[in-house]
Amino acid sequence: MSDPILVTENLEKRFGGVVAASEISLSLYPGETLAVIGSNGAGKTTFVNMVTGYLKPSSGTIRFRGRDITGSSPRKTAQAGIRRSFQISQIFPQLTVLENVMIAEIAAADGKGGLRRAALTDARMQTGRAVLDRFGLGQHSDTAVGTLPQGIKKQLDIAMAAINDPALILLDEPTSGVSSDEKIEMMERVIAPLKADDATLLFIEHDMDIVTRFAERTVAFYEGKILADGPTREVLSEDDVRKYVIGGVHA
Amino acid sequence: MMKTDFRREPLYIAILAVLLIVGFFLPSWLRFLLQTALAGGLVALGVALQMRAGLVNFGQGLYYALGGYAVGMLAAQAGITDIFILLIAAVLVSTVAGIVLGLLLSRYREIFYAMLSLAVSMILYGLLVKAAWLGSTDGFNIPPVSYLGWTPDRAVRPDIYYVTTAVLTVIACLATARYLTSGAGMLCEAVAENEIRLEYLGASPRKVAFIVIVVASALSGLGGGLLAMSTGHVDPLMTNWTTSGGFVFVALLAGRGSTIAPVIGFFLLELVRTYALDLAPNAWQMILGLVMLAVILLLPEGLWSLIERRRKA
Repeated sequence: MSDPILVTENLEKRFGGVVAASEISLSLYPGETLAVIGSNGAGKTTFVNMVTGYLKPSSGTIRFRGRDITGSSPRKTAQAGIRRSFQISQIFPQLTVLENVMIAEIAAADGKGGLRRAALTDARMQTGRAVLDRFGLGQHSDTAVGTLPQGIKKQLDIAMAAINDPALILLDEPTSGVSSDEKIEMMERVIAPLKADDATLLFIEHDMDIVTRFAERTVAFYEGKILADGPTREVLSEDDVRKYVIGGVHA
Repeated sequence: MMKTDFRREPLYIAILAVLLIVGFFLPSWLRFLLQTALAGGLVALGVALQMRAGLVNFGQGLYYALGGYAVGMLAAQAGITDIFILLIAAVLVSTVAGIVLGLLLSRYREIFYAMLSLAVSMILYGLLVKAAWLGSTDGFNIPPVSYLGWTPDRAVRPDIYYVTTAVLTVIACLATARYLTSGAGMLCEAVAENEIRLEYLGASPRKVAFIVIVVASALSGLGGGLLAMSTGHVDPLMTNWTTSGGFVFVALLAGRGSTIAPVIGFFLLELVRTYALDLAPNAWQMILGLVMLAVILLLPEGLWSLIERRRKA
């Protein structure tokens, strides 16, 4: 197996006396799709927040492509090639769908001196439209984002995370807020273009059907610790996982 | 909303042509009003630019005064009267101030940014009022300026000053339109809407805010320099909060739809002020207030939205 793209060792996050995550040691390999499951408060989002530099771990280390990125910032990790989407879509509501994607492209150009140059080049507009087409958002490109349904907003949020070919994409509950009969369809729409770019994917999910269908490997979190880590089917059939994670999921 | 049609040089050339032609038909008092509105409009444009990034500057008069005093002090005290040197100095001084303050203030948002910018401008006001050698509250007069050694005589001076102001204002508006289509200009709205997401996309909101503060300071310094040349006088009121409040008023009145809108807005404000003063010497501020209220209630996107609406229809 090739070298892991992301390695975390003994990550721990305490908020005062509350331990939100501890002993998180995890390796992600290039090209794999990994699901993170666990009930609310199990430390899933805390983990994503630490990897992207939003939260500074209390102890432990994070290495991305062999480089130590512990305690970095969201901007630095984004520039290094880690992107994320959000449980509640984080987009620019006053702008149109295409403009949102353009912002993502321009932002990616920052740090390379790209802010000085004309932003709306034909090439960039074309990339933007192509991204929207790949994510099935083409017909909405000129609609103001604020007026769109939740599912489309989440799709856009993910499309923006995929701009500039990141090596690792973390999706925080991509299907939350989407009606249950649309969840699988929506995942298919976003996973296919992400996989086409060979990105390594990690997604947090509560729906076990989706986990089984889309993730080769699953990590189960429980009370801030890793309860199980392995091939999805094995993890989902473990007694502890069934008892503590799946049983409590829909609470 | 982001505009993709900012890059229209022909439009700006047409506006300049109209300004120059109209200038020779307007009665001289009205043309002078237009001229000072062009200079002040640049400051209002600076305020409007910052508003795009969610920053309301209640002390933009600071840079206006710095530009004005730079021109005034060089001309009246150092004896340098060449307009090109004077205006370059005005822009330079205000831009340096913009860089220093930008480094400090670019981390603040909302009310904190508004109050800090107000505070800094009032510090300058306090200093100027106390400076007896600069005429304290009266300010001081500025000798006529020269153009590469040629000092226009009384008869043509108003014309020359008007043309100078019109040409430089339109060029500054055009340069601003260029800035708005650059990456730094485009990201302003993203800073206003969702800074955290912008960080997560790899950009620095602070850098975007810093750049807009500096651009606005340069514009305002030029505006102050042009006003000093036009009126031949500067005084500390240029950096008083009432002046800065007026720029915020105009930026809101005009809307953010175009770089030329604040200039038009400033002219309209000056007209309303002139006629209101004429009609009701004791209640003109009330009339201004009612105009403001009407604009906010009926045209929340500013006067420019009237033109936008027509274009879309």
